[in-house]
Amino acid sequence: MSNVTPANPASVAKSINRSKDAATAVSSVVEASNPVQGPNTIVAATKMTGSQAIVRSLEELGVKDVFGLPGGAILPTYDPLMDSTKINHILVRHEQGAGHAAQGYAMVSGEVGVCIATSGPGATNLVTALADANMDSVPMVAITGQVHSAFIGSDAFQEADIVGITMPITKHAFLVTDPEEIPRVMASAFYLAQTGRPGPVLVDITKDAQQGDMTFSWPPKVDLPGYRVVTKGHNKQLREAAKLIAGASRPVLYVGGGVIKANAHEELKAFAEFINAPVVTTLTARGAFPDSHTQHVGMPGMHGAVSAVTALQQADLLITLGARFDDRVTGVLSSFAPNAKVIHADIDPAEISKNRTADVPIVGSLDEIIPQLQEACTTRFEADPPQDLTSWWGLLNRLRETYPIGYTETHDGLSAPQNVIERIGALTGPEGVYVAGVGQHQMWAAQFVKYERPRSWLNSAGLGTMGYSVPAAMGAKVAQPDRVVWAIDGDGCFQMTNQELATCVINQIPIKVAIINNSSLGMVRQWQTLFYESRYSNTDLNTGHGTARVPDFVKLADAYGCVGLRCERDEDIDATIQQALAINDRPVVIDFVVSADSMVWPMVPSGVSNDQIQFAKGMTPEWEEED
Amino acid sequence: MAKHTLSVLVEDVPGVLTRVASLFARRAFNIHSLAVGPTEIEGISRMTVVVDAEGDSLEQVTKQLNKLINVIKIVELLPETSVQRDHIMVKVRADAATRLQVTQAAELFRASVIDVAQDSLVIEATGNAGKIDALLAVLEPFGIREIVQAGTLAVGRGAKSMSDRALKTLSA
Repeated sequence: MSNVTPANPASVAKSINRSKDAATAVSSVVEASNPVQGPNTIVAATKMTGSQAIVRSLEELGVKDVFGLPGGAILPTYDPLMDSTKINHILVRHEQGAGHAAQGYAMVSGEVGVCIATSGPGATNLVTALADANMDSVPMVAITGQVHSAFIGSDAFQEADIVGITMPITKHAFLVTDPEEIPRVMASAFYLAQTGRPGPVLVDITKDAQQGDMTFSWPPKVDLPGYRVVTKGHNKQLREAAKLIAGASRPVLYVGGGVIKANAHEELKAFAEFINAPVVTTLTARGAFPDSHTQHVGMPGMHGAVSAVTALQQADLLITLGARFDDRVTGVLSSFAPNAKVIHADIDPAEISKNRTADVPIVGSLDEIIPQLQEACTTRFEADPPQDLTSWWGLLNRLRETYPIGYTETHDGLSAPQNVIERIGALTGPEGVYVAGVGQHQMWAAQFVKYERPRSWLNSAGLGTMGYSVPAAMGAKVAQPDRVVWAIDGDGCFQMTNQELATCVINQIPIKVAIINNSSLGMVRQWQTLFYESRYSNTDLNTGHGTARVPDFVKLADAYGCVGLRCERDEDIDATIQQALAINDRPVVIDFVVSADSMVWPMVPSGVSNDQIQFAKGMTPEWEEED
Repeated sequence: MAKHTLSVLVEDVPGVLTRVASLFARRAFNIHSLAVGPTEIEGISRMTVVVDAEGDSLEQVTKQLNKLINVIKIVELLPETSVQRDHIMVKVRADAATRLQVTQAAELFRASVIDVAQDSLVIEATGNAGKIDALLAVLEPFGIREIVQAGTLAVGRGAKSMSDRALKTLSA
C-alpha cells in the first residue's frame, strides 16, 4: 500500500574529515542507501531549463498526480508540465483545495502528496493546508513559484515571503534561486517529507531559476547533515518497558496516528493480542486497530467513549505508541491518568516528555519498535509472568456495556445526525474511505462509523480546519479511485471549500458528499447551549429546514453538474445512501437535513479533569470500585 | 529563571538565524545574547545563545532546535567546564582634565583605548560578565555616551572539540 521506507540513519550519515589546514576543506560522502525516492533511474547529464528540471524531478521521484493552479511566477513550469505523460495535473479552483487534496492523497496512499501554486496569494492560500499537514504529520511537498530573484524584497507584484511565512508550519522550507539546485532540492524535499516524522515541505522556486538553463542528472546527492532519523528502539529502554508491562495490572495501549504513519497496524494487533491489554485509538488513529476487535475499548478524549477515557484515567501503565498527549485527549494534564507510569514510543524525540513526562522513552519507528517490544516482553515474561488482567477487563467490559456510544431521539421531527452517519458507515462498509470536516459531524463520524483498517478515516485533527473534507476527499479518490470515498461534511465546512466540486466534475472524480445539515455552526452552537445559556451568537447559517435555505445545496450541486439529493426523513436515509452508492460517474451531494439540537456525547467539558466526563448533559458515570 | 549558554552548530545557509531565533521566540524564551560566526569547518557556523530557561523547558526547546533541518548539534556549556567571554566597546566622556583617570581605569581592567577625541575615548574590553559590569561601574561617573556589546562567546575547556564530536556522530 505504501512505498514509505523507514529512514535509515546510515543513509544520511556522512564522514567529514577536518583538514589540518586552518582554512579547512570538507569532504563529505553519502554512504549506504540512497535517500532519493522513486526508481532511481540513472539519468546522464542533460541540458534543460529549470522548469523542465522541476517536472523531470517529479517524474523521476515517481510522482503520478499533482494538484495545482498556475499563475505568473509558476508559468514557466506549467509549460513543460503540459507535455508530461507521467504526471497527471489536476487543476483545482482554489489553492487551499490543492493543499488539502495533496493531504488526502497522502493519507490514503502513504505516498507524498504534491501541490503547486504561484507566488504571493497562490502560496499564501496553501498556508492553511501546510499548517494542517504539519499538525497531523502528513507527508506532502508544496511547490511554489517565486518572483524573479532580482525582485525579491522589493514588494514586487505577487511577492510574498512564503519561506518565512511557512517556517513555523512546515518540516522544512527551501528557497531555490539557482536552477542547478532543483534536482537536489526536490529529492531532499521528498526525503524529508516522508521519513522520520512525516510532514509538509515547501519548495519555493524563483521565476529566473525556472527559466534558467541547467544540467540535469539523476539521482542527485541528498546531503542533510543536520537530519538524522532513529528507527530502532534502544534495547535498554525496551527491557525497561517490558518490565513495566509485566508488572502492570491495568495497562492500556494508547495508540495515536503514528501507528498508521509507520504502517505498523499489523504489528500493533499482534502485540496487543500478545499482552492482552485494552487498546484506545485516538482521533488520528481510528482504524489503526479494528473497532470490532474485543480489545478495542474506544476513542479517548473530549468526546471519547466512557470506557476509553476511564481506561486511561484508571490505568497503572500507558503504553503510548505514536501519540502525543494532545490536550483534547488529556483534558487537564495534571489530573490525566494520575496513577499511570508512561512508556512513550515515538519517532519524534521532541514529543517525548513534552506534555507528560515519560518513565520509559523510546525513540524510533513503530514498525520496528512494536516487534522489538514484543520480543522484549517474550523474554521478560519467561521469568516474570504478566499480571492477571481479569479484574481490569471486568471493569472495562462493564463500562462498555453500561455506557456505549449512543444518541437520543430528536424532538423537532428532524433526523438525528448520528443516525445518518451510522447508516452511511453501515451501508458503505469498512473498505470505504471517510473524510470529515471539523465539528460535530467530525466527532460523530469518528464515533459512529466502524473503522476496521488504517487509512480509511481522514480528518483535520490537530489544526481543526473547517473546509478540509471536500478537497481531501477529492485527493483520496484520485489516489484510490476504486474505493468509495465519502466526504462527511457540515453545512458550515462545506461552504468553505465546495468550489472543488467543479474540479471533481470536470476531472471525473466521483466523490460522495454527505452534508450533515443542521443549519448552524453546530459545535460552536453546542458550546453556546452548554456554556453560554443557549445564546446563539452568530452560529445560525440558514441552510436548513424552515429557513431561507441559502444556499440550496441541491441546486448548488446541480449547478456544479453533480447529482444533488435531499433527505429530510428517517425513512428515506437508507434509500438515499443506496442511491448515492449506485452513482459512480459523477459526484453526489446529499443534503441530509438534521436536527440542530443534537449534541456530541460523551463530553469532557473544557478545563476540567477527564474524571468529569459526561455521557449526557449533566450526567457523569457512577464509578464502580474495582473488584 | 537561570541563564543557560547553548552552543549550536548550524549549516551556513540563508534563513538559519531566523529559524533558530524564531523558535526561541515561539516558545517565549528570552534571548539574552546571541553570537554567530563561521567555524573551522567551511559551511558550518556556530551560534552561542544565552537564554533564560528552566530545566524542562530548556530540554524541550533543545529538542525542538534539533528538529530544525539546518541544525547539526546543540550542547549546553556549563560555567564550570567552559570559558565564556563578553566583548564591549564603550564611548566615555573624557576631556584633558579627566582623560588620564579614564585611561588608568581602563588599564586596571586590561581594557584598551581604541579611539581618542578631544572630549571622548572609546574603550574596548573583553571578559566575563562580572568584569564588564565592574568596568562599566567605574566608567559611569565620567559619563558613558554609548555602549556596544557583542553576544557572549563560549567554548568548552580542554582538548575536545564540539564540531569534531558533532561530525563524528554523523558518521556513526
